[in-house]
Amino acid sequence: MTYIAKPKLRHPRLATNKFGFTHRDYEGAVSTLCAGCGHDSISAAIIQSCFELNLPPHRIAKLSGIGCSSKTPTYFLGSSHGFNSVHGRMPSVLTGANLANRDLIYLGISGDGDSASIGLGQFAHSVRRGVNMVYVVENNGVYGLTKGQFSATSDRGSKSKKGAANLDAAVDMVMLAMELGATYVARGFSGDKSQLVPLIKGAIVHRGAAFIDCISPCIAFNNHSGSTKGFDYVREHNEAVNRLDVMLPREPITAEYEPGEVEEVAQHDGSVLRLRKLAEEYGVHDRIAAMNYLQNSKAAGEIVTGVLHVDPEADDLHDNLNTLNAPFNKLTEKELCPGSAALEKFNASRR
Amino acid sequence: MPQPKVNDFVIKFANVNGSGSASANQLFAKSILRMGVPVSPRNIFPSNIHGLPTWYEVRVSEAGYLGARGGVDLMVAMNPQTWDRDVLGIEPGGYLLYDSTKSLPPSKFREDINVIGVPLTGIGTREYSDPRQRQLFRNIIYIGALSALLAIDMAEIEKLIREQFSGKDSLIAPNIQALHLGHAYATENFECPIDLQVRRGDGVGDKIFIEGNEAAALGCVYGGATVAAWYPITPSSSLAEAFELHCRNYRSDRKTGKNRFAVIQAEDELASIGMVIGAGWNGARAFTCTSGPGISLMQEFIGLAYFAEIPAVIFDVQRGGPSTGMPTRTQQSDVLSCAYASHGDTKHVLLFPEDPHECFEFASSAFDFAERLQTPVFVLSDLDIAMNDRLCEPFVWDDSRAYDRGKLVSHDELEAGAEFGRYLDVDGDGVAYRTYPGTHPTRGSFFTRGTSKDRYARYSEAGPDYQDNMQRLLRSRPRDPSCQNRWFRKHASRRNWG
Ligand SMILES: Cc1ncc(C[n+]2csc(CCOP(=O)(O)OP(=O)(O)O)c2C)c(N)n1
Ligand code: SF4
Ligand SMILES: [Mg+2]
Repeated sequence: MTYIAKPKLRHPRLATNKFGFTHRDYEGAVSTLCAGCGHDSISAAIIQSCFELNLPPHRIAKLSGIGCSSKTPTYFLGSSHGFNSVHGRMPSVLTGANLANRDLIYLGISGDGDSASIGLGQFAHSVRRGVNMVYVVENNGVYGLTKGQFSATSDRGSKSKKGAANLDAAVDMVMLAMELGATYVARGFSGDKSQLVPLIKGAIVHRGAAFIDCISPCIAFNNHSGSTKGFDYVREHNEAVNRLDVMLPREPITAEYEPGEVEEVAQHDGSVLRLRKLAEEYGVHDRIAAMNYLQNSKAAGEIVTGVLHVDPEADDLHDNLNTLNAPFNKLTEKELCPGSAALEKFNASRR
Repeated sequence: MPQPKVNDFVIKFANVNGSGSASANQLFAKSILRMGVPVSPRNIFPSNIHGLPTWYEVRVSEAGYLGARGGVDLMVAMNPQTWDRDVLGIEPGGYLLYDSTKSLPPSKFREDINVIGVPLTGIGTREYSDPRQRQLFRNIIYIGALSALLAIDMAEIEKLIREQFSGKDSLIAPNIQALHLGHAYATENFECPIDLQVRRGDGVGDKIFIEGNEAAALGCVYGGATVAAWYPITPSSSLAEAFELHCRNYRSDRKTGKNRFAVIQAEDELASIGMVIGAGWNGARAFTCTSGPGISLMQEFIGLAYFAEIPAVIFDVQRGGPSTGMPTRTQQSDVLSCAYASHGDTKHVLLFPEDPHECFEFASSAFDFAERLQTPVFVLSDLDIAMNDRLCEPFVWDDSRAYDRGKLVSHDELEAGAEFGRYLDVDGDGVAYRTYPGTHPTRGSFFTRGTSKDRYARYSEAGPDYQDNMQRLLRSRPRDPSCQNRWFRKHASRRNWG
């Protein structure tokens, strides 16, 4: 396999965002995934989200583990630094990177094998530490890259392409993220970009551990009848509890809604999440009620999508550690080294 | 009459873990140092928190010998559980000091040793009402007795007590009182000094007395480490804990309380090294500390850091292996597993400190090496250096010393049109230039990966690209001519690298 660069020809009429970047500036190399893979739609949604949020591409760092899903950071944000780490360990690398420079936006891309099997521990601990990040699991219920083995998010009873039934219980990443204290939790579907883009934007503007479980069918190994992660199955069973718009600070509020239908959630950075409720009984702030709702829907065979929980007052890891506001990687000897006089004193205390 | 042994003998304390003996025993060792006579103490302890036996062995050696000599000249036998073997371990003609409050049958003693009974519990019970005080001061009482028996200057011990409890002044008087109780009992009941004696010398000078882990932790502070990620494991934990303590002292803003450091107790060693690699990739100086089992777990990540060329500092405080082995005993068991850590062709930089002075020195330099060579650097100490106080040369720091941040391309250089390829061997020394994430809006970004790649960091399985990369890595290893680190040039002979 070789690297295929996308021609950087700029169409004269290509729309630019507030910083003068075009959509192209957020793209990456040409994808080498299977044509029709759900993961490519997620990459496209990420590109659109960053474009619409006017993010300078170099202020984003994209990190991943190993898998088809983890390959995707090559296919978006070509001007951002990227890091394909090792299988299941993206969260720790992202945590360390975030400690070194709190000023960047950290995008963690993972798969269900990467995060629910080998990396379950790192997923859990990064979430419970409140690392300020956007953690996306591109969930196809299968190991794509190693050719079709069941993953830990495969539903019990679902069938592999060869017809074998999965006998193990499924790990529900959304429920885990809620339980572990993620402060922004969403579920999306790669086949519904209009829903997914705002979910990603909402996660980016949120400060704290934001987690998105994005169902992303694997057309090569998990899109047959008997699969519960295929396009048809998900379309049939998808229940969206809300629709989200993300309004940037000082942006005029364009969409008008009936009062009572819409809830506005202000984020730390001044942006506002406007949530249009679709399910009357669903409240995004009440973690416990949300978890109950999700459990009941799951028992009824439904796949609930939308913003499932958000806590706009969240603290992140840096708050907890009370670290300096400036990035650590900019500190110099002057700020870091106590110097020879202090050392002399120290020596004296050990005689 | 035998010649007295002056400034050259071994004394061993047999204690019960958790009985408060550690600080009393350290007081004893330091008082000898204050008389100008070198000592090398050793903690011998089990993998247990409370109730099991521990020993503290002090070799008094005017010549400055550090190793365990073997044999014991004076045994302070405070632990009934180990009494028999403790008594057996005494050299013929040696001494046994014990708590004589309850009388023991003659069969419990030996004919060929001198027995010194001090009713430690009796004195404690008579003088103190609080049960915890009775236990704690029992330790100080035997230190008082020893000072009379060995001719250690009481004034030195009193001074040490004052220093130790400065700020908690109410504890000074009762400690000194306990000291005198022991001293008085020994003077009244035995011929003092015995044939083991401490006499003032000049073997200590301005040397300092410190554990290797604490020294390494301070070296990390001086070396500019801002991120530490670790998972508790003996004998390395005290390094991370000391780092955090020193940082609270030196790296917390006095006005705002904001910290210029982050210490993360990770969920395991995989996460610890992952965080260090993430931080190193993003331009912070980061380290982890662990021991053998942790090194085993870190292997995959170490290979990533080697192949993707990311600075990382790893302290391996070695203990007895394989497997859980002997967690509280020393061994130099991980040399090979560090030298070639991870699968495939890897070769790592290893530093071997010989004492706490070098733990400090190597720790502070390790970050320079890691960033200069863009690779993991191991500092291999062991339990013996790390968890015992050692007398060593004082630490020195040259305030003009600048951190060597290695080869970096800045925003302005990119802006001026510098060609950038993450793995381009611009200088011909095998080490390429890197950028930190977020440096420039349109130039200098690259994709870091554990897969094979070309000079521009693009995925490649082409044979020539792979070969080119592996050979450059080899080239980068031993002879980086641009390495300006003074310590490196002075200490690291080329054949030690590779
Ligand atoms: C330590 C380790 N074990 C096994 C593998 C092989 N491997 C590569 S990708 C993968 C599974 C990926 O599954 P998932 O994260 O769901 O990604 P997908 O390909 O489905 O997007 C495995 C097992 C590896 N790279 N590293
Ligand atoms: S194997 Fe599946 S997950 Fe991988 S690229 Fe193909 S469709 Fe996507
Ligand atoms: Mg998968």
